[in-house]
Amino acid sequence: MNNIQNDTAKPLAWYQRAWQSDVCWSFRHTPIAMLSALVFLILVSMAIFAPWVAPHQPFDPSTLNLMDGFSPPMESAIGSGNVYWLGADDQGRDIFSTILYGMRLSLFIGVAAVFLAASLGVTLGLIAGYAGGWVDTIIMRIADIQLTFPSILVALLIFGVARGLTPPELRDQMAVWVLIFSIGLSDWVQFARTVRSSTMVEANKDYVQAARLIGRPRHVILRKHLLPNVMGPVLVIATISLALAIIAEATLSFLGVGAPPTKPSLGTLIRTGQDYLFSGEWWIILFPAMTLLLLALSVNLLGDWLRDVLNPKLR
Amino acid sequence: MVQNMSRALVEVQGLGKRFDVSSPWLNRVLAREPKRYLSAVESVDFVIEKGTTFALVGESGSGKSTIAKMLVGLMPPSTGRVVIDGVDLMQADALEQNQLRRRIQMIFQDPYASLNPRWRIDEIIGEPVLAFEPEISRRDRSRRVAELLEQVGLSATDAHRYPHEFSGGQRQRIGIARALASKPELIVCDEPTSALDVSVQAQVLNLMRDLQTELGLTYLFITHDLSVVRYMADAIGVLYLGSLVESAPASSLFDTPQHPYTRMLLEAAPRLDGFGRQHQPPAGEIPDPINRPSGCFYHPRCPFVTPKCAQEQPLQRSMGQAQVACHEVERLPVYHPGQVIEPSVSN
Repeated sequence: MNNIQNDTAKPLAWYQRAWQSDVCWSFRHTPIAMLSALVFLILVSMAIFAPWVAPHQPFDPSTLNLMDGFSPPMESAIGSGNVYWLGADDQGRDIFSTILYGMRLSLFIGVAAVFLAASLGVTLGLIAGYAGGWVDTIIMRIADIQLTFPSILVALLIFGVARGLTPPELRDQMAVWVLIFSIGLSDWVQFARTVRSSTMVEANKDYVQAARLIGRPRHVILRKHLLPNVMGPVLVIATISLALAIIAEATLSFLGVGAPPTKPSLGTLIRTGQDYLFSGEWWIILFPAMTLLLLALSVNLLGDWLRDVLNPKLR
Repeated sequence: MVQNMSRALVEVQGLGKRFDVSSPWLNRVLAREPKRYLSAVESVDFVIEKGTTFALVGESGSGKSTIAKMLVGLMPPSTGRVVIDGVDLMQADALEQNQLRRRIQMIFQDPYASLNPRWRIDEIIGEPVLAFEPEISRRDRSRRVAELLEQVGLSATDAHRYPHEFSGGQRQRIGIARALASKPELIVCDEPTSALDVSVQAQVLNLMRDLQTELGLTYLFITHDLSVVRYMADAIGVLYLGSLVESAPASSLFDTPQHPYTRMLLEAAPRLDGFGRQHQPPAGEIPDPINRPSGCFYHPRCPFVTPKCAQEQPLQRSMGQAQVACHEVERLPVYHPGQVIEPSVSN
């Protein structure tokens, strides 16, 4: 029986199997997915390699020339004669470089917040779905209550409380971590709900019974048996949540409660640029806003595509 | 029963399971409903002797799987006890429980749900070894897995594959290998062949019989398929609505079924010599286990019903080699296969 199998189907190398997988086939046949993946990859690699890509070091005051302030895109500046591709802001900082560093921070906060939200949501969802009873009731009621508030409001609330608790001299340093904490905490519900429902389905399957039968401890069943089988939808939600987290971070920063101007994210850049919109220096706000748009859109389109491929029922 | 005590591996005494099926607390208070219970299993007694196969047969909803779950300790019984080799599973302390668990294993119905799809075969089969003998080295464990795979008729090279690469019958063999991994004495088989093709069923059943003779295993075999029972079982218990209506050695049950329900089951089973045979379709449906009939649960469907049957629940009584729960069993006509049963009392 098995010899026949071995003869007909030569085992494929992992990259061959990956190339032939459904996900990859769908990727190669969805132009939108390929385009958004390309845009996302370019943006992410520019952000990661910002110190090497950026023509200027925008947060080193010694390299700044105040006379270059408000220099328009592609024109040589009055002070130094440098050409700033996307213009310069009021301090004479290169917009292109600030965008790269800002995107770096935005992406970091977004990824970290989604990581926090996913770990929290997956853990609580697994526990609620497997334990059932009053544990399930308590966790899911908390989730329901949190869902009745808009998540940006929850994030604002948590941000305010957490900021109030940090000592004033540490506030600017801690701002990034407080942001991650508040966005992550406002976004765990979706993970918990999805994981809970798939856990309830999986926990009734016989392979879990078999593990219980031989007396495997509960945490082993949860981690080794259930977790790998409920992670499929989590990947999809995480991708879509990444776009939401980046936007939430930008919103908080735009409202002035997020990343400080000394260490700006895309949201902070948009907020500072907004002051000059009516005085004609449009490039200070336009380019950060466009970058945010491209970033969020490409992540979102990737997430939508992934959802359609991995779970046709969710459509 | 008493004289067999020394050889009995499993003793089930007055086993019962009640499920709370009431609506949620608030709805119940608002609608002034009482609590409602479903008796899935009620006062079931049987003994399984070492090295034999005891089959539980019954329709769906008769409590077969509930008994299996209570027997292996996945579900605590509401009443009664399960005694394995003299130890009550629910009373045992953690150490005793762990030792008992090792000796009881289970083969599941659906080979597609009983293997973790994200685990390799060697991890699946090796898990019981890891659980009960954590001191065993990784290399010895994979050697054990290879032995087990060959024992169930697969190849040792299959260890690095995933469950989706196997057919239903092969998966069931993997499930059997996992059950054997902890060197058990008792294996509870919950409809192990009902999800398989008929041709594969025979292979799996033969494998299970060979393993029984080779390893001296004791089986509790749960099924609704009488031809499987005839092939596998040494003794049979017939379940109806959570209670045993008849338990008897296999030969006596098939030749001289006593309880009217057992007779009906045998009549309803397809047979090779059944062409042109007059056939009495089973009367009625299995009743709602929440509102069970009074007296004998079978009386609304029974062709031999008497007024007493509707009032009094029959106790088990000996009839030849069988234990039968029927008031009228002494007065029933002798069973002839294929006979058409006329109701003796009209109601």
